[in-house]
Amino acid sequence: MLEIIQVGKTFTKNQKDLEVLSNINLQVPEGEFISLLGPSGCGKSTLLNMVAGLDKPSSGTITVSGKHVTCPGTDRVVVFQEAALFPWLTVLDNVCFGLKRLGLSKTETKQKASMTLKKVHLSKFLQAYPHELSGGMRQRVAIARALVMDPQILLMDEPFGALDEQTRLMLQKELEDIYLETKKTILFVTHNIREAVLLSDRIIVLGTRPGRIIKDLRVRAARPRQHNDSDLIYLENKIMDILQVEIEKVAKEELDDDYTLTKDSFPWDPDRDLGSGI
Amino acid sequence: MVFRLQIWPDLFFPSPITVAETLVNGFQDGSFTLALAVSFRRLLIGFTLAVFGGTLLGILTASFTWADETIGSLILSLQSVPSIVWLPLALLWFKMGEAAIIFVVTIGGTWSMALSVASGIKNVPVILVRAARTMGASGLPLFTEVIIPASVPHLITGMRLAWAFSWRALMAGELIGTGKGLGQMLMWGRDFGNMSLVLAIMILIAVIGSVTDNLIFKRLEITVLRRWGQLPDSAS
Repeated sequence: MLEIIQVGKTFTKNQKDLEVLSNINLQVPEGEFISLLGPSGCGKSTLLNMVAGLDKPSSGTITVSGKHVTCPGTDRVVVFQEAALFPWLTVLDNVCFGLKRLGLSKTETKQKASMTLKKVHLSKFLQAYPHELSGGMRQRVAIARALVMDPQILLMDEPFGALDEQTRLMLQKELEDIYLETKKTILFVTHNIREAVLLSDRIIVLGTRPGRIIKDLRVRAARPRQHNDSDLIYLENKIMDILQVEIEKVAKEELDDDYTLTKDSFPWDPDRDLGSGI
Repeated sequence: MVFRLQIWPDLFFPSPITVAETLVNGFQDGSFTLALAVSFRRLLIGFTLAVFGGTLLGILTASFTWADETIGSLILSLQSVPSIVWLPLALLWFKMGEAAIIFVVTIGGTWSMALSVASGIKNVPVILVRAARTMGASGLPLFTEVIIPASVPHLITGMRLAWAFSWRALMAGELIGTGKGLGQMLMWGRDFGNMSLVLAIMILIAVIGSVTDNLIFKRLEITVLRRWGQLPDSAS
């Protein structure tokens, strides 16, 4: 159980305070796949980093199964957008990196690592180095590296953000399979609405300036999910409407005041000749 | 071509054929081989000391701000001092002989090694450190298992630079110092008016310098950079 209570985060830059997150309250029960969804700059990654213990909240507390989060720990492993593999280690050694610290025997470590790599279909590349792999394969290794630690919560910070569309669809499917198999609590950060709707049990929509929760939605669709499920498409459009207001707000701050996302739309066909050809 | 112009008498500017003959003779009677061995011994000792000392200094300055603010700026200014100017001091401290020259060679390589190591450690990708921390690494293991391996490309560059600087320092030191190294042979050549010997040794120095750099360090650097993903795989 992850609890985020009254958490706020303020960065100080050039003696100016910038409030990134304000008054976040969130309870995530065990085994839930929860997504943080929002436009860029809403502080969703900051929130994930705070849960990971890599950043400290300015106010409020975060607890994982009753314990205060003060520093990074192996019960909360992060998969980053860039795979962040160690280039000097083979795929197998990368996955063993965290395991070595848990006090298992060498053969046990190796065995566990290869089993997890098999789960992400990389058994053929145990001895390869990260630079020999494609982006999607690297991300698989990163997922295996996190899974092998058997964390209570798996934190994913836009893990598929840098991948091409085909690879992303494939990995989304596999992540769902892994989730169904392991039933881990997964905190998933994304700006991709479709991805959030497809994967999550629950979606937290965040607004900007300052980052805050504007909607807490449940996704009640059967798994494994299909892309063309009408419930999902309905939900996707609903979230799009909610976010439109937020995106426009950011755009108005950054661009000119007269900016609008949707141009004036005419209720007729612009090619119509208005009868002048009679 | 320059020889053909006959600007200088044969004594000052020998023909390429004479130089080649001197080279062959030098190797045949073993005097060049001996000089090379003596020089390389000094170079290897000095270089090893420079790599270790430089690495320690680099780690120190990269890890602690107080060290960076004190020793760090000192290293930068020392780097701009040609190492041969240490020779008078070295001669006083270690007397004429091996130690003085080895000292100059060490000083020659140490600073550039220290600077490379420091910049290597400072440029370790933050994301790797963060990833390691979430997997339970911290303190000394984080340093030895993540930060040091991640800065290996810079370490290699530092070694390459240190080697080049040490090599220059060695030649300068041997010109002035004593013993049987390449530099001393060069000075004998001058003293006895044997310009073909001087030119032969200069060629030898150039060849050795470029061969070690290209064959050893450049290859090592390319392999490491490719492994570390800082070079496209297709380039060779």
